[in-house]
Amino acid sequence: MANQYLKEVVNKHYEYGFVTAIETDSMALGLSEQVIRDISKRKNEPPFMLEWRLRAYHYWLTLKTPRWAHVNYPDIDYQNISYFSAPKVKKDAPKSLEEVDPKLLETYKKLGIPLHEQSRLAGVAVDAVFDSVSVATTFKATLAEAGVIFCSFSEAVQQYPDLIKQYLGTVVPYRDNFFAALNSAVFSDGSFVYIPKGVRCPMELSTYFRINAANTGQFERTLIIADDSSYVSYLEGCSAPMRDENQLHAAVVELVALDQAQIKYSTVQNWYPGDEEGRGGIFNFVTKRGACRGKYSKISWTQIETGSAITWKYPSVILQGDHSCGEFYSVALTNHRQQADTGTKMIHIGKHTKSTIISKGISAGFGQNTYRGLVRALPTATHARNYTQCDSLLLSSTCGAHTFPTIDAKNPTAQIEHEASTSKIGEDQLFYCRQRGLSAEDAVSMIVNGFCKQVFNELPMEFAVEAQKLLEVSLEGSVG
Amino acid sequence: MLTINQLHASIQDEKQQTKEILRGLQLSVNPGEVHAIMGPNGSGKSTLANVLAGKEDYHVSSGDILLAGKNILNLAPEERAAEGLFLAFQYPVEIPGVNNMYFLKAAVNSLRKWRGLPPLDAIDFLALVKAKMKEVGMDEKFLHRAVNEGFSGGEKKRNEILQMLMLEPRVAILDETDSGLDIDALQMVAKGVNSLRSPERSIIVVTHYQRLLSYIIPDVVHVMVKGQIIKSGGKELALELEEKGYGWLENQVIT
Repeated sequence: MANQYLKEVVNKHYEYGFVTAIETDSMALGLSEQVIRDISKRKNEPPFMLEWRLRAYHYWLTLKTPRWAHVNYPDIDYQNISYFSAPKVKKDAPKSLEEVDPKLLETYKKLGIPLHEQSRLAGVAVDAVFDSVSVATTFKATLAEAGVIFCSFSEAVQQYPDLIKQYLGTVVPYRDNFFAALNSAVFSDGSFVYIPKGVRCPMELSTYFRINAANTGQFERTLIIADDSSYVSYLEGCSAPMRDENQLHAAVVELVALDQAQIKYSTVQNWYPGDEEGRGGIFNFVTKRGACRGKYSKISWTQIETGSAITWKYPSVILQGDHSCGEFYSVALTNHRQQADTGTKMIHIGKHTKSTIISKGISAGFGQNTYRGLVRALPTATHARNYTQCDSLLLSSTCGAHTFPTIDAKNPTAQIEHEASTSKIGEDQLFYCRQRGLSAEDAVSMIVNGFCKQVFNELPMEFAVEAQKLLEVSLEGSVG
Repeated sequence: MLTINQLHASIQDEKQQTKEILRGLQLSVNPGEVHAIMGPNGSGKSTLANVLAGKEDYHVSSGDILLAGKNILNLAPEERAAEGLFLAFQYPVEIPGVNNMYFLKAAVNSLRKWRGLPPLDAIDFLALVKAKMKEVGMDEKFLHRAVNEGFSGGEKKRNEILQMLMLEPRVAILDETDSGLDIDALQMVAKGVNSLRSPERSIIVVTHYQRLLSYIIPDVVHVMVKGQIIKSGGKELALELEEKGYGWLENQVIT
């Protein structure tokens, strides 16, 4: 049967599963107020940061793990995680790339992430986060000329405390949810971007996250502020070694777009997904949200989710400014025992606000894929418009696709459209392609890529190619 | 070119019952010949086309299929395509999001690879495809649409013929390519097929009606009933069938 060929397409292996043997400076397992004080102290943070962390921690203690998502996993023991791990450095922090441990540079080279500015990849500036700390940010000088700030979060806390004070937690408050509260208490690093008024960021900005150490959680925070009439395109990538135990990744991303500003945020998520039987893999509990504060502002999320054992993630847009626009383009693939519960929230507040949601879910093996979405038009959102398209493709008879859309229109002039489809990969389509001479493998990847085309079109060129390759790898051994 | 010996093939229906559809089919097509296979509904014509192309829904219990002397029965569909077998589908399949030109180029180069030829580059490919599109009267805009998506019935069939012209098969099987075509499209399809006629190539036209055979003149006409060829003749047999129907032949079936 054709299914057998589909199975054969499957089993390529996770390429990024290696471990870097590097001396690390990790905090003992466990979480307490003292741990948070230690993190803050290590980072030499001003008092306002510590206070904020502690407020978040005490709030988190009152919360229970949310269980409403359509995913199954054992309870996480938060006392069995190290909340800080950093590669050991001789001096306080590397002042330049030359001071970065060559093993780290080697790691990023293996991952295909260029940290040497001379080996620039189509003009992409990279911030690399290894376990809990940022190890290098490239092209700082070039960006500074344009007035763009792109640095690690820790550095921003030191250098631009006013911006941090003004915006931190304003889009995702620590009270938002369990994982956001945890992140706010213990976050160790991340990226910070500020694009000044009227500036079009001269290159793509990118952060690459790598979890290396065992028993370590990664809790990073990204904050991007696009001032009036500015533009930035930002890409996030991630990977982790193959380990038998699960590792927790609980990040927070906040975007702020002021008048006529545009932020394009793309993610290629390739955390270790666990093995075929579902052993190991990353638990990815991420809160991502953008606020279109200014009029005619625009925030666009594009995500390709192929990794992680569990994905729990809803990149959302709050459409405050009149005529602002929010977009969400997503491809989520679950193979083997992976589970994904992902989608978006579009909250229309301003007049003539517009949102588009294109979600493509692909399930294979025993994968479970859920789209969960909320489109809400508040009473103030006169003439708000939303278009949602939600398609699922099933590659096996043992996988699942689920859709939970919620529509809440409180303004009579709001227009909301929802289209959905679920299809099984066609034996007829496969036979047709193969009759024309394409191998079963090529046929499957062609059909799946066609299915995802609308989303891939939204990715920056070079990453679209990456995403296609990633999909091919992730699909190996996919149908049964 | 194509020899089918005592071919028996069956399919499992929804109730898991095995149903034999091809029952000892015998057929031989020489290079350069065009054969028409006619027959009433349910006689197994489309099954034959699909079994030849290697569709896995069917189980071949006995018999041989030789393409230029090589038994292709155990080959995968793509390997049969590489051997030069082409099927123009009765119901061409839509592949959303896959550009028609991209698909064609992937198919052409995949077959070239099987055959140890270097891939066609973008420029040569484009020149070739544009010339072939002209032959079948297809607008170039179809290159940039998704494969068969939103195509009308006639457009889909033209697209099949375009693929056939591009892939230059040794054995082409047209499964009811004439169904649902208006007279202009029919002539265009016939023109495309006739342009492929050559001494090295065999063409099998599966059809219900004589109509197409006025444009593609067959060398041999076969009548298929209940999974067997029960009568073969020249092109005049098609006219006779048009006039008399199939009824007078059906009681000749050997059971």
